[in-house]
Amino acid sequence: MLAWQGVTHGYGPETVIEDFDLGLDPGRVLGLVGPSGCGKTTLLLMAGGLLEPLAGCVRNGFRRPAFVFQEARLLPWRRAVDNVAFGLKAAGMGRAERRRVAGRLALRMGLTDEDLEKFPHELSGGMRQRVALARALTVSPDLLLLDEPFSALDVGLRRQLQDLVVGEIAGGGLSAVFITHDLTEAVRVSHEIAVLSGRPGRLLRRFVIDRPHAARDDAFVYETVGGLLRDAAVAAAFRTAEDIR
Amino acid sequence: MLLRPRTLTAAPLAYLWEGWGAAVGLFLLLAAWQACHEAYGSFVLPSPLESFAGLWRMIEDGRAPPAASLTAARAVLGFLAAGLLGSVLGIAAGLSMAAARAVRPVVTVLLGIPPIAWIVLALLWFGTGGLAPVFTVVVAAFPIAFAGAVEGTRTLDRGLEGMARSFGASGWMMLWDVHVPHILSYLFPAWVSALGTAWKVTVMAELLGADDGIGAGLAVARTNLDTAEAMGWIVAVVVMLLAVEYLLLHPIKRRVERWREQPAGAPMRGP
Repeated sequence: MLAWQGVTHGYGPETVIEDFDLGLDPGRVLGLVGPSGCGKTTLLLMAGGLLEPLAGCVRNGFRRPAFVFQEARLLPWRRAVDNVAFGLKAAGMGRAERRRVAGRLALRMGLTDEDLEKFPHELSGGMRQRVALARALTVSPDLLLLDEPFSALDVGLRRQLQDLVVGEIAGGGLSAVFITHDLTEAVRVSHEIAVLSGRPGRLLRRFVIDRPHAARDDAFVYETVGGLLRDAAVAAAFRTAEDIR
Repeated sequence: MLLRPRTLTAAPLAYLWEGWGAAVGLFLLLAAWQACHEAYGSFVLPSPLESFAGLWRMIEDGRAPPAASLTAARAVLGFLAAGLLGSVLGIAAGLSMAAARAVRPVVTVLLGIPPIAWIVLALLWFGTGGLAPVFTVVVAAFPIAFAGAVEGTRTLDRGLEGMARSFGASGWMMLWDVHVPHILSYLFPAWVSALGTAWKVTVMAELLGADDGIGAGLAVARTNLDTAEAMGWIVAVVVMLLAVEYLLLHPIKRRVERWREQPAGAPMRGP
């Protein structure tokens, strides 16, 4: 399990997150939503062990976290397949073996054999994000940390990739923290949604969504989002955000 | 998708096509040269044919090959020293914000000093001989490589670095997979430009203060008022430069930078 306990952090004089408490149980997806600059990414970096909080602590029982970033962050000078294999290379796997594993995973993510030999600039935004997703999954993570992974994509594509992520998480017994600006996205993928206030970020509300992913049709999603927004605190947090989608 | 040629077959074809375009430019230049020759006569400007004949004569009587190889050796030696020194020091300076700030005006000053000034100093310090041209090349080409290395190191992508760290990449992998390709993409054009400078500066330094090499040959031709021979030497320099550029640097650049969005055209050179 993962828990942020009384976490406070800031950059320079500014506090971005203050006295934050939240936990995540194995096999669950936590959606973090809130206005820009409320410290969501900071929380994610802490969960991945890349950042130490100034105060409070992060307890992390997961062994292998893997990130998917908003910008795909692919190496422009490596072919798609080698980008997918990056984590395996870091883990010390041989070239032929890791390319084979990477290829198999990339195909599962909806990339074609042809795409594998392309450089990132030759791929569309959606394909690049599939490569980034495959790269995170190759290392067989137990905790997936997604930082607005699909916010640059158009709606249809976003739906496809959300379904892909939900499938992977359900199939592999993964846990995930999913940052998003988009409440509908949060409702679609999360077991639990945490709404943060604007800077400095504090936990405003927590909602649990019990319904299984397969049963979350559009009507349910929109109704739930509507329900969340009827909560005055949530609506206020989202009014301050410029980019409500 | 089917219409898209496979990159492997397309690359040489595209290269040939580009070579075709370059040939058009060269032939237009030759035509303009011929026209000027016809307007002003052989003494002012020998025709292309006369110039090539002059060069051929010098090749036949055995003067051109040793001079050319000597000039090439000096240019390459100076270039290698400047490239190595500039790249290593530039990367080191780029890694530190303070060093990069301190060094930027120095590089601007060094880039601003005309090579001819260095030649005069080099002649005063080393006298006539092989050392002065090589020294001049090193100081003229060094800031170009240095500036490229600083710029490449300053612009390293922190996002990619964070990504690599999140996968627990080793220091070696961080260097080899993340940093080196990025810095190389800045260094390579700088090296190309440094090599061009090296070539020109070598000839200039030889002209003023050496008794061998292409520059010295040019000086002799000038004393003898032999314009055809002077043009022959110039043709020799240009042909060597074009050969290095299109047979060596361009193919390497294509190979190294295949991942780039827009393959850069023929590099532009400063004076």
